[in-house]
Amino acid sequence: MQTLRASWFGFEKHWLWYRRNWRATAVSSFLSPLLFLVALGLGFGSQVQSTALIGGVPYLQYLAPALVVITAVQGATFESTYAIMSSFLWQKTYIGMVATPITPAQVVYGQVMWIGSQLFVRSVVFVVIAVALGAAGGPGIGLAVLFATLAGLAFSCPLIAYSATLDKPDSFNTVFRFVLMPMTLFTGAFFPVSQLPNWLLPLVWLTPAWHGIELARGATFGTLGLLPALGHTAYLVAMIAVGLFFSVRFFHRRLAV
Amino acid sequence: MFVNVGGVENLVEAKALTKHFGTFEAVRGIDVEVRRGEAFGFLGPNGAGKSSTMRMVACVSGRTGGELKVLGMDPDRDGPKIRARIGVVPQLDNLDLELTVRQNLQIYGRYFGMSRQRCREKAVELLEFAQLADRADHEVEPLSGGMKRRLTIARSLVNDPELLLLDEPTTGLDPQARHLLWDRLFRLKQDGVTLIITTHYMDEAEQLCDRLVVMDGGRIAAEGSPSELINRYSTREVLELRFQPGAEKPDLERFAERVEVLPDRLLLYTQDGEHTLAKVHEHGVQPIQSLVRRSSLEDVFLRLTGRTLVD
Amino acid sequence: MTRTLDPANRTAPASVGLVWRIIPPGLYGGRASTLVERSALVNRRGWFVLVGGAFEPILFLWSLGLGFGQFVASVAGPDGQPVSYAAFVAPALLAASAMNGAVYDATFNVFFKFKYAKLYDAMLATPMGPLDIAMGEIAWALLRGGLYSAGFLAVMLGMGLIASPWALLALPAALLVAFAFGAVGMAATTFMRSWQDFDLVQLAVLPMFLFSTTFFPLSVYPGWLQAVVTWTPLYHAIELMRGLTLGVVGWGMLGHVVYFAVLAAVGTVVAARRLGSLLLD
Repeated sequence: MQTLRASWFGFEKHWLWYRRNWRATAVSSFLSPLLFLVALGLGFGSQVQSTALIGGVPYLQYLAPALVVITAVQGATFESTYAIMSSFLWQKTYIGMVATPITPAQVVYGQVMWIGSQLFVRSVVFVVIAVALGAAGGPGIGLAVLFATLAGLAFSCPLIAYSATLDKPDSFNTVFRFVLMPMTLFTGAFFPVSQLPNWLLPLVWLTPAWHGIELARGATFGTLGLLPALGHTAYLVAMIAVGLFFSVRFFHRRLAV
Repeated sequence: MFVNVGGVENLVEAKALTKHFGTFEAVRGIDVEVRRGEAFGFLGPNGAGKSSTMRMVACVSGRTGGELKVLGMDPDRDGPKIRARIGVVPQLDNLDLELTVRQNLQIYGRYFGMSRQRCREKAVELLEFAQLADRADHEVEPLSGGMKRRLTIARSLVNDPELLLLDEPTTGLDPQARHLLWDRLFRLKQDGVTLIITTHYMDEAEQLCDRLVVMDGGRIAAEGSPSELINRYSTREVLELRFQPGAEKPDLERFAERVEVLPDRLLLYTQDGEHTLAKVHEHGVQPIQSLVRRSSLEDVFLRLTGRTLVD
Repeated sequence: MTRTLDPANRTAPASVGLVWRIIPPGLYGGRASTLVERSALVNRRGWFVLVGGAFEPILFLWSLGLGFGQFVASVAGPDGQPVSYAAFVAPALLAASAMNGAVYDATFNVFFKFKYAKLYDAMLATPMGPLDIAMGEIAWALLRGGLYSAGFLAVMLGMGLIASPWALLALPAALLVAFAFGAVGMAATTFMRSWQDFDLVQLAVLPMFLFSTTFFPLSVYPGWLQAVVTWTPLYHAIELMRGLTLGVVGWGMLGHVVYFAVLAAVGTVVAARRLGSLLLD
């Protein structure tokens, strides 16, 4: 109970910041996924001549639930890299927080709660707009909000742990370029992973994006079985748990006096 | 009165020089001459117009009015030519944090158009001068404040400047680092480099400057050598009397040539401090603390402006 | 900025006067190349990041062949003849990556050095002027962009996406495009007050990337929107690249070249003058 309240304070601090600075993040968090949906779903979609590969559904509808997930994972990446480093090094907000009775673990929980709630809100907005654009393949697209948030957090938590060990932002570019970018393109959001060479598949299965997309798309088109659903969810939850465990450790090491 | 007499050459000549930023008048018509080989100081509190003047002399800020000649040339027309022959140490270190200590010196030489070979040699020489040879291939960021300052000064010397501009060279440094820096500046002076220094530290001005101007509110309030200024505007000694905070301070005008009333103490300007103190005691005045010291530039400034310099 | 000028200087010949008014003395010291030298020195240890920049467009190309191309067998090319989807998009990605790279270098990187590192202040204490800085920064961005573009073209060749020897000209064309975007981006950066303003950069670049016929032909749009799209600079860049790599070349292409040459010149002069008035007040 104590932990929950303390974490809530951390969350509040983020909210106060956001109220003053929302404009800067509005483009990347709301507008850009929407533009992608329109350009690829509608624009590219209008050129699509064969949908055999994706089970005969319109490309726009095929893309929409996966794009929710991809957007969440991308958002999570930014929130878990520079933002974390800044709180340690530049703005030193974490340093200030642990000078109060708040513990390093509670700082982590507050941070993750904040990221999770942001991902959730962004996903809701995205899905509402997708439905308005006729991009919903079924009522199940509503569940994509939950799966996107889950996948986002599954990538966020280990990344927070990693960021907490760094003193320089130099390696973030490597993360964006060699992890985030391939994960965006090759985990089934834009075309089925069956198109990829077989040797690549095990790597794809490791990514939270693939699990999230399987869940979100399955829910949308009503093709999701109970066992696969449990399996994917369990994997994502496990990533969150492991990520949190290491985050707490590293935050402790860095912040405890 | 010394202009061009006996081969003395003025490296900087300003007449009625002004600088406005919008409606703010940073420099309000100053006349300054800096002679070859001397160490010249601009003394004054923050906002007195020292840095604006320095930026104009360094040819990185156009003047609003008046005349300015640096090394005999007009900064508006020959900025690059003048900058090629002067060195600048800005108020805040702006070292290249993406390069090592040595690379900072080498690339700066390249900005002046020096050959790579010459830059390499110069860097070695300057690392020695700045006592940074053992840090040559280190990153800049982790260096101490004093080391960064020395590196900035070394960098400003890469083109063997005839004139070196130093904007508050020791602000923010600890006493040891300041003395080390002063030592380096003395050496430069001995080597014939003309120095222009801004400072709001009295001791620094007294240590380094042959001649200085006191600036206040964009104008020059007085000009001369430190000892001349002290003789002209102050007495030989100063008696400082401290009283209980809030207690009414006694009227002691008749015991001194001049009395300054500060919030916490009285300053009595007199030729013989001990003698004055005795008379004050005889009069039955009992301060909680008393101190006799020699007059300094601080007193000159107080006399000229009615304010203390560093608050 | 009122300056007292020598009367002698006021009566400069008219032709010199014009040049002087655009590029006042002190703006240029003729040492832009030393800034490139500095960038090379800084990046000597970061070659990995440098090479890594080529990785992204190659991933894009690969995803085109593997995925997107499976949905769309062919698209109408510049001359109306059908071309494979990958051959249609690849030159557009070349143009877009020239734009993205140049804009990134000229905005984020320059803003950081300008506002926080105070690097340019130190440079201006030397004989270098603002124009040296603007040209030096842009030249480095071009060198880097040129490296990426060459790599990209090589991969295109390997994937059989180049239909004509005209494609050789795609490299200088990519440099010109990058020059123009870099110069305009740098000029824009001098007007920015804080990091918050960079969402405006995103707001300009992202819609252009997505909607300037990168992924689908102009014919998708209704008539009035087509007119809007043809106004964007990236559209001109893509037209240029597509024509060259697909071998559909005409005199009309010189129009695109002039378009970017003008952007580049105006951007550079504005950037140098703004840097000058901000740093040399």
